[in-house]
Amino acid sequence: MGKTLFEKIWESHIVVEKQNEPALIYIDRHLVHEVTSPQAFDGLRMNDREVRRPDLTIATMDHNVPTSDRSLPILDQTSAVQIKTLENNCKDFGIKLFDINSPNQGIVHVIGPQLGITLPGTTIVCGDSHTSTHGAFGALALGIGTSEVEHVLASQTLWLEKPKTFEVRVEGKRKNPHAVTAKDIILSIIKNIGTAGGTGTVIEYRGEGITDLSMEQRMTICNMSIEGGARAGLIAPDQKTFDYLRNREYTPQNYDSLVDNWKVNLQTDSDATFDKTFVLDINDIAPQVSWGTNPGMTCDVNESIPSPDEFSNGDANQKKGAEKALEYMALESGTLIEDIEIDRVFIGSCTNARLEDLIEASKVIQGQKVASNVSAMVVPGSQMVKKQAEEMGLHKIFIDANFEWREAGCSMCLGMNPDILSPGERCASTSNRNFEGRQGNGGRTHLVSPVMAAAAAINGHFVDVRKLDLN
Amino acid sequence: MEPFHNVKSIVTPLDKVNVDTDQIIPKQFLKLVQKSGFGKFLFFNWRYDENENLKSDFVLNNSKYDDSKILVAGDNFGCGSSREHAVWALDDYGFSVIISSSFADIFFSNCFKNGILPITLDSAIVEKLQHETDQIEVDLENQVIKTSSENISFEINSHKKKILLEGLDDIAQTLEHEEKISEFEEKSTVPSVL
Repeated sequence: MGKTLFEKIWESHIVVEKQNEPALIYIDRHLVHEVTSPQAFDGLRMNDREVRRPDLTIATMDHNVPTSDRSLPILDQTSAVQIKTLENNCKDFGIKLFDINSPNQGIVHVIGPQLGITLPGTTIVCGDSHTSTHGAFGALALGIGTSEVEHVLASQTLWLEKPKTFEVRVEGKRKNPHAVTAKDIILSIIKNIGTAGGTGTVIEYRGEGITDLSMEQRMTICNMSIEGGARAGLIAPDQKTFDYLRNREYTPQNYDSLVDNWKVNLQTDSDATFDKTFVLDINDIAPQVSWGTNPGMTCDVNESIPSPDEFSNGDANQKKGAEKALEYMALESGTLIEDIEIDRVFIGSCTNARLEDLIEASKVIQGQKVASNVSAMVVPGSQMVKKQAEEMGLHKIFIDANFEWREAGCSMCLGMNPDILSPGERCASTSNRNFEGRQGNGGRTHLVSPVMAAAAAINGHFVDVRKLDLN
Repeated sequence: MEPFHNVKSIVTPLDKVNVDTDQIIPKQFLKLVQKSGFGKFLFFNWRYDENENLKSDFVLNNSKYDDSKILVAGDNFGCGSSREHAVWALDDYGFSVIISSSFADIFFSNCFKNGILPITLDSAIVEKLQHETDQIEVDLENQVIKTSSENISFEINSHKKKILLEGLDDIAQTLEHEEKISEFEEKSTVPSVL
């Protein structure tokens, strides 16, 4: 019987395998950031252990860093300590670090692919759940906890139970691909499979609706696999993948021979089977807007907020969850999404802060102004994205429209730095999580695509971007 | 890691589904560089009001649960962020067993690295346990939960069970496979980053 792409990567990385036990899996790339690593390095020191493969390990600082003027000292002392700790740890253990002043600094899941560190067929880990992003290149990319970070630093391996395989097949063609984006596809998938629908599985996204997407759009899809509960998300590499990674700063020297090998070995066989399958037809899907406190609580922009009964389909716990969510979000069932007014707009995060995201958003706001009651910001995913955008003059479009134009980092996606919502503020956000308090205690998050966020900034409320001329 | 012993206590019922790790430990507490002292921040936004006074309607603030070591929660517990700080906070607060009808994968894995036992049971049984007011006993060796009225058995991977019961150092165990890891590295065709 044939094998899936996941099974091929898994099998080629087994170091030790015993029946009914987890397998010891080799890790090809380890990405490290300041928040989930200090305790891991402490553990190494306490046990007198080294980093086994500094040459497979790369670090940057993203979660905590200020996105305002970088020439100024960091005011939050605990953040400053954490950033300094990463610098010291990287120095002590011989790890390459893209620090706050590096032109390569940025969100770890943006810089990995951009620098050619992410490669097809490899295993990649990072102490961050959105590591699934790298799966867009046909890599098995897993988010891990700090104990596992320490384990990988010490041994370059992980004990893993073999996940099940989940095929998500995206069929059809979007009628207006500038208005209905990769973000809308992945939010539609999560709305359908639920936030635990992928638990214990690795999703492989397949079908015309996926192969049609650019690499940056594919990253948006794989990024939110974890929001559907999945261990990882994968897309088989194709010519777009190989072209994207060619001639990057860290692209391997023997790239052509690697590509020849990937072309042969990194596809799911035609007779392979998956443990489960979900099919989404995207011919008629609409831009999506989340209304609740998890990413599964999402509806079409032209719909109204469902009642807890409609949402829960008879599940009492889900119904209670929806009631709590509406209360937290200060929303009522039956309200039209387009009638929801917003206070803030955040265009950023490892989900949607790449160059293409900024280009698409800039088309919506060109020559217009942010609504007077809204404050809006753009936080590019990396310093390199920022530089490229500035070379294209995009920053001028945003600044002229009264958007703030910031330095790279995770920023308001999780609000560890000063970029947070105030209690009660409502935000159209291109990030990945609308959990209670995620963007600031009492803040209310609506997850949307970059074009939807940009249109909301201009109008002060959500609008169906299919009505706009985006070409 | 300390070996896991049987746990006897009343349960703390947390009647919520999809409890994410942002709720278990909000982001402002992730800036610390050590593993200890997170217990006081557990469920921070549910436990405290804006003036940092205890909210009387949250279950952890009911003094009858002060000595509880067993948390019983709804479906998909620990979803979202990979932050192990969530497990450190639960552990530091005093929980050593978490019972739910399902767990998010990364959280589940993080529990075993810190000597916490996550138990998955049918949602009907979880709901029943949420209403259990007497002490219950969790016996990992025999994979059974003893309540005043019945014994409920549970499943656990034998490897994970061994790690908890013996309090094994994961990394030391792995490094015993040093030869195999080196062999793998010799035949690997994946180039270094640098």
